[in-house]
Amino acid sequence: MGKRVVTAAIVFAFVATATYASFYIAPTERTMGLIQKIFYFHASCAWAGMTAFLVCFAGNLLYVWRRGDKWDALGVASAEVGLAFITIVLITGPIWAKPVWGIWWTWDARLTSTFVLWLLYISYLLLRTLVEEPDRRALLSALFGIFAFLDVPLVFGAIRWWRTQHPAPVIMGGPGSGLEPTMRKVFFFNVLAMHILMGFLIAARYGLERLRCEVEAIQREEVL
Amino acid sequence: MSVLSNAAVLLGKELRTEFRSRELLTTTIVFVVMVIILFSFTFNSFSEDSRRFAPGLLWLSFLFAASLMLQPCFLREQSNDTLSALRLSVSDAFAIFLAKLAANTLFLLITEILLLPIFAALYNVQVVPVLHWLLLVFVLGSLGVSLAGTALSAISAQARMRELLLPLLLLPLLTPVLVASAEVTVGLLDRNPYMQWKGVGFLALFDVVFLTALWLFGEYLLEE
Repeated sequence: MGKRVVTAAIVFAFVATATYASFYIAPTERTMGLIQKIFYFHASCAWAGMTAFLVCFAGNLLYVWRRGDKWDALGVASAEVGLAFITIVLITGPIWAKPVWGIWWTWDARLTSTFVLWLLYISYLLLRTLVEEPDRRALLSALFGIFAFLDVPLVFGAIRWWRTQHPAPVIMGGPGSGLEPTMRKVFFFNVLAMHILMGFLIAARYGLERLRCEVEAIQREEVL
Repeated sequence: MSVLSNAAVLLGKELRTEFRSRELLTTTIVFVVMVIILFSFTFNSFSEDSRRFAPGLLWLSFLFAASLMLQPCFLREQSNDTLSALRLSVSDAFAIFLAKLAANTLFLLITEILLLPIFAALYNVQVVPVLHWLLLVFVLGSLGVSLAGTALSAISAQARMRELLLPLLLLPLLTPVLVASAEVTVGLLDRNPYMQWKGVGFLALFDVVFLTALWLFGEYLLEE
């Protein structure tokens, strides 16, 4: 218990520092003004969410090949945490887009593929609630998770080729792109903080899922 | 080679089962005609808009039809208790998927080809000059729909609420197919028809990715 509280405090400190830095240390962007501050939160949540889905994909693959409840627990934990982060991304994005682009939403490659990704992982979690037997649930959802993850680059490609509006990648986007040095530092600190938060949440949810499985197994034995 | 010959025998079985009653095809065709007529009420199909929106509506109705038609694919086996027999009859589960995939693609194509004249009449578009290209898009698109659909119907058949679950799993996964086929069809139905080879290549890419995934993970989908 004590260990959990200390870890949570450290995670909180990271997130709080990152938020402070994006408001008071990073310079205010010239054309967009204050609204640009949301970028530190929005983009770092997006990176953390994508990492969580990558962890989920790894968990799914490992379940299919190696089996074992722990991989299934890792899959569900990271899917839920990833979904939470991506939900934040989908909410903060339009808040930024309305004053800057003048519209809430557009059919752009990154927006659309993030949205489809979000839908796919909702389906993943929904599927899990509809299969009773634990082993079957784990296998079927792992397989769906794999198909869903394979689909994402295709969604991205499809939308990118036919319609697009999102600002060109600012980070690692090729020549001419890039952030002002302080902004860059603050941004990467935000990314780090969000990843730490993500790791913490996944670990907590993973522990919870393991406990839930144990309880389920005990209940099953009682019935038998 | 034995996988292909096994698949051919199983395909014969699939076709015999369907053409004995034809219930699946009849219901799907009636459904898809109904949808396309209802869509045509929602805007003036003699305006220039028709060319822009009709392809999207056409493919949407195909997707709806597919999400209903693919339902019984594995459910039929389950309710007749023939899945284990099927599983024992071939050495590689991929043969079962190949047979079902071929049958589903064929059923979808039959539906699409029967629908095409009604569609052309209702939406006032010229299909005859570009018929061969349309057929190419239909084949690649239907193959993509069937690939994802066959895999997912094996998943949904083992869950509760399966009738509702399959569209929920399938439709977000098919976003790339919908975008690509609708865009290519827009080009073909234009006043000056043009072929977007990029889109055709993209559909082929989707098919290859999901065929490989089915080949790799198919046997796990049917695990007892």
